Amino acid sequence: MAAPTVNERAVAPGEGRTPVQTVTMVKALNMGLRAALERDPKVVVMGEDVGKLGGVFRVTDGLQKDFGEQRVLDTPLAESGIIGTAIGLAIRGFRPVCEIQFDGFVFPGFDQIVSQLAKLHFRSQGRIKVPVVVRIPFGGGIGAVEHHSESPESYFAHTAGLRVVACSNPVDAYWMIQQAVESDDPVIFFEPKRRYYEKAQLDTTATPDPLFASRVLRQGGSVTVACYGPMVKTCLEAATAAAEDGVELEVVDLRTLSPLDLGPVIDSVRRTGRLVLASEAPSESSVTAEIAARVQQECFYSLEAPVLRVTGFDTPYPPSKLEEEFLPDLDRVLHAVDRSLAF
Amino acid sequence: MIAGLRATTEGGADLVQLLTPEGERVHHPDFDIEVTPEELRGLYRDMVLIRRADREGNALQRQGQLGIWVPLLGQEAAQIGAGRAMKPHDMAFPSYREHGVAWCRGIDPTEILGIFRGTDHGSWDPLAARFHLYTIVIGNQCLNATGYAMGQRFQGKVGDDDGEATICFFGDGATSQGDVHEAMVWASVYDAPVVFYCQNNQWAISEPIERQTRVPLYQRASGYGFPGIRVDGNDVLACLAVSRWALDECRHGNGPVLIEAFTYRMDAHTTSDDPTRYRLSDELEAWKLKDPIERVRVHLVKQQWADQEFFDSVQADADELAARLRDFCVNMPTPGPERIFSEVYAQESPQVRAQRDEFLDYMAGFADAHAGGEH
Ligand SMILES: Cc1ncc(C[n+]2csc(CCOP(=O)(O)OP(=O)(O)O)c2C)c(N)n1
Ligand SMILES: [Mg+2]
Repeated sequence: MAAPTVNERAVAPGEGRTPVQTVTMVKALNMGLRAALERDPKVVVMGEDVGKLGGVFRVTDGLQKDFGEQRVLDTPLAESGIIGTAIGLAIRGFRPVCEIQFDGFVFPGFDQIVSQLAKLHFRSQGRIKVPVVVRIPFGGGIGAVEHHSESPESYFAHTAGLRVVACSNPVDAYWMIQQAVESDDPVIFFEPKRRYYEKAQLDTTATPDPLFASRVLRQGGSVTVACYGPMVKTCLEAATAAAEDGVELEVVDLRTLSPLDLGPVIDSVRRTGRLVLASEAPSESSVTAEIAARVQQECFYSLEAPVLRVTGFDTPYPPSKLEEEFLPDLDRVLHAVDRSLAF
Repeated sequence: MIAGLRATTEGGADLVQLLTPEGERVHHPDFDIEVTPEELRGLYRDMVLIRRADREGNALQRQGQLGIWVPLLGQEAAQIGAGRAMKPHDMAFPSYREHGVAWCRGIDPTEILGIFRGTDHGSWDPLAARFHLYTIVIGNQCLNATGYAMGQRFQGKVGDDDGEATICFFGDGATSQGDVHEAMVWASVYDAPVVFYCQNNQWAISEPIERQTRVPLYQRASGYGFPGIRVDGNDVLACLAVSRWALDECRHGNGPVLIEAFTYRMDAHTTSDDPTRYRLSDELEAWKLKDPIERVRVHLVKQQWADQEFFDSVQADADELAARLRDFCVNMPTPGPERIFSEVYAQESPQVRAQRDEFLDYMAGFADAHAGGEH
């Protein structure tokens, strides 16, 4: 009998843990990975320093100790190797979950992701499934050196055959990582590293939302704000601030970047007539550009203002003393809201 | 594999050593060099000063003045030996831990601080210093170094004593990267005058060398068709001798060469790392006995090549350097936001310029608001 999926069975077997607890996103991801490893013996976790160290962010803390070195692999230092061998393991029936240590280090593995991971199902006419998850801590705001603060999601969303998601809070992190493991398509899984230590109440007996669905987090009739990953918290704070001035923001957490689930955004924009998109990534040829194009097509007669974007600049990520200026913050979101309302 | 006292504490029979951990001068049939007392005192001073700068970097991070620090503790000999072997027109491509090599290239340690404070990505001029920017993406620089070396050859700068050479620094972990393998392939088929200088400090963050290789790293060179030498990375004389030989081979057109400097990372990977999670302290204790600086001090004393006055003056120089670093660090200016938009392209991009202007206007709006202007 096939093991029950995360959607069918919320609590992993053999666990006596209390259903509701306060957890950080790191802990939630750790619990989600643990549940996935428990549920399916074909799940393997692999990456640099994920075993004994538990990952540089401790997301995989304790997993190697409990599941052994053949299920939690400290790999040699090579991202093309990590992704490429994960693909081979997947062809052999495993469900690898790869950790890329930081966003800027996915690029040595980019070829394997784009050329093989994304295309194998298509090339084999559906005969080969490659259920590989690539976890990538992404985004800035942690005062790091170069290559540790990037937002490369658009490269992946641009590639057919990959599914791309971003969690924004511990509860989603817990469920989404398990759902990603169960996806028969490869999933590039973005984790907002500057939100890793945010806490939330997690009920492990709850029924999760589907993985590839966006969600309205706050309702409001003035302006729609769509965002994902690290920007969700910023936009919710902006909504709180705007409410004090009588401006009601409707905040949508996109959650899935490919495929996009724009239904809730389009419904919302048809009511508000205004859309602000927020993302840390540069704006040029980005996920936010795609959304803007689609929304103007779907909502042309409802729009009262052009779709505005609050993003990182079209520059390399700057030295960290300048990241506060680079990263869209609450003020820049509100500034865009004001500009939208002024049209 | 449980990290304990591993076989890798010993470098094996092929290890090139000229100065034992006890400060005993030994001789090697292929790589012997003679150094004058003055030269050895100079190497000692280099190592003491760069260690002091390194410890100051660590302290500055602990005090919140730096975001992170990447310590070189334990690798002073490996870096000073290689750095002092370079001629002025040689080129170096570092990774991110090569503060000692930077020192030898005439880069003041203050010029490195910005990387770790977050104000720049390295403030020296890489072409003028013949020391490339630090490269953090593991392995990338090995291909860049190889291409540079190919250029040296294509421009006829190789072939005699005045020839040029390139030296590329990377770690044991980096040897697993495709880029490093490709670099060695390129270098071999183009006879590139490049020395691949691998500091095997036994660890790639939490992963011991056994995670990267079955064979000693220097032996990999034979598969590419060029010589590979394992040198005692804690022996500054041996590192100097082997690096000088390898660079000379390259400048005469007999490159490439792989050097494995067998050493140990005595501190955490970076200040963000907690090595107690993955390695035992006996390993560290064993390596403490092989300290690169202490053996030179003992030798200098034994030979009566240095007196207390010398050691005191080096100490005073080290303290002065540390104070200067600290002072520089805490007074470092933060660049203005226009830096985000500058130098993105060689030919300025109108799009980036427009974003800059818009952002600076937006910022000015806040300044006006603070000044009590329009709201
Ligand atoms: C492509 C890439 N992947 C991962 C990292 C993260 N990382 C930084 S240093 C390091 C270990 C490097 O080990 P080694 O090559 O032995 O050099 P060492 O730090 O020991 O000097 C890792 C995995 C990186 N910088 N670049
Ligand atoms: Mg190393």
